[in-house]
Amino acid sequence: MLGQIAYAFPFLLPGLWTTLEVSAITVAISTIVGALLGVGLVYGPAPLRWVVRAFSDIVRGIPILVLLFFVYYGLPITGLNLQPFAAAVLGLIVFKVAQVIENVRGAIGSIPRGQTDAAKAIGLPFPERLAYVIAPQALRRFLPPWLNGVTDAVKGSALISLLGVGDLMFGIQKVVGRTYEPLALYGFGAFLYFVINYALSLASRALERRFSYIRE
Amino acid sequence: MPIGPPLLQIQNVQKSYGATQVLRGVDLRVAKGEVVTVIGPSGGGKTTLLRCVNFLESYDNGSIMIDGQEVGYRDVAARKRRSERDLARMRAETGMVFQLFNLFPHLSAAENIMLGLTKVRKLSRREARDKALHWLGRVGLTDKADRLPSELSGGQQQRVGIARAVAMEPKILLLDEITSALDPELVGEVLDVVLSLAAEGMTMLVVTHEIGFARDASHRIVFMAGGAVGADAPPREIFAADQPNERLRGFLGRFTAAHRL
Repeated sequence: MLGQIAYAFPFLLPGLWTTLEVSAITVAISTIVGALLGVGLVYGPAPLRWVVRAFSDIVRGIPILVLLFFVYYGLPITGLNLQPFAAAVLGLIVFKVAQVIENVRGAIGSIPRGQTDAAKAIGLPFPERLAYVIAPQALRRFLPPWLNGVTDAVKGSALISLLGVGDLMFGIQKVVGRTYEPLALYGFGAFLYFVINYALSLASRALERRFSYIRE
Repeated sequence: MPIGPPLLQIQNVQKSYGATQVLRGVDLRVAKGEVVTVIGPSGGGKTTLLRCVNFLESYDNGSIMIDGQEVGYRDVAARKRRSERDLARMRAETGMVFQLFNLFPHLSAAENIMLGLTKVRKLSRREARDKALHWLGRVGLTDKADRLPSELSGGQQQRVGIARAVAMEPKILLLDEITSALDPELVGEVLDVVLSLAAEGMTMLVVTHEIGFARDASHRIVFMAGGAVGADAPPREIFAADQPNERLRGFLGRFTAAHRL
């Protein structure tokens, strides 16, 4: 069994790299977009709040696979013809943005109203209130669930093999197709995903501890 | 009692939450250097009124002027609100201290005071730090400058809250039940700070349940109940045995009874 894994590992490396790459791009872009939309959901004018709320609710109610197929097979009909890699990343970003929006909303919502009152009372306008009072406090509540959610992006990325993107899952399936050793190889694949995600949840826990010294 | 044109002029201010009217046409004036205390039963609109003065709450009708400038609206008749920047500029002229302190938990005591000084008053960090230390000294907390709020007692936190407000050199200080959340043995240290500020001529509008403090420290006491001003007079008239306002007499009676226990 170890021999089969040792044989397969070199073939899996490019896929592993693709998985990490897709996850990183997805997380980076969705965090920026999700943070902006999340702030819009909390503080924005009513029409913006409705749009963001609807987007988040709808996306979170759709399986990732359906999102991916919608982007890859559905959008070309509207003229937007994406390569598998781009379609995969776009689908995952849409999924992840909705998550980040909720992370941001939860983090800001957990800050007592009195903080905003106090910031207003010393004469800070909205952008400064956000930057110096709300964001630093919201950040420590945002990071643990956000980092936890990154594991969803990594796990969800296994589905992009179905669009023909050469990720880790795709690599495993190719080797299984040659060697007919599904137990060893899927087991090893599961182990690789687990290692990535376990490292992330350890980091998430460490962050939680790092910020816990600030009590209310 | 100090004389002069009113620094704060509240005229016929009305406010409703849905069908409930919490302020029913309040009139109140505070002159420069005056300490005015608002007392009255819970739910009588005291805190709401105070929060209207720096526009943490908007009001539906009437006018609130500080130093001749309308607080929340650039056009009172048309109810056109000031812009965000404009509101912030107006709020910087009033200082507020809160019942639950509302210190910024991620900033040290000194940084809590410095934030407004650097971002609103545009002082350099060094100037702001000097000023913060000066005010921390005034409230007896020089040695706590670099402590986080969570490392301070309630009384110490509230003294930082006062220092944060007065360091901005506001025209008027609004105190919202600032000892209500404190253990009884910590109330004195906070009130002492307020008394020393009053002695220096700081203009204050104080909402409090500390009737003794109201009697000893204020130039005028305003009794608010049911969203309206029931009495507005110097302490000795408020506490006079022949006080004509029955509701006020009842309110004060309950307090003295409670204190005799």
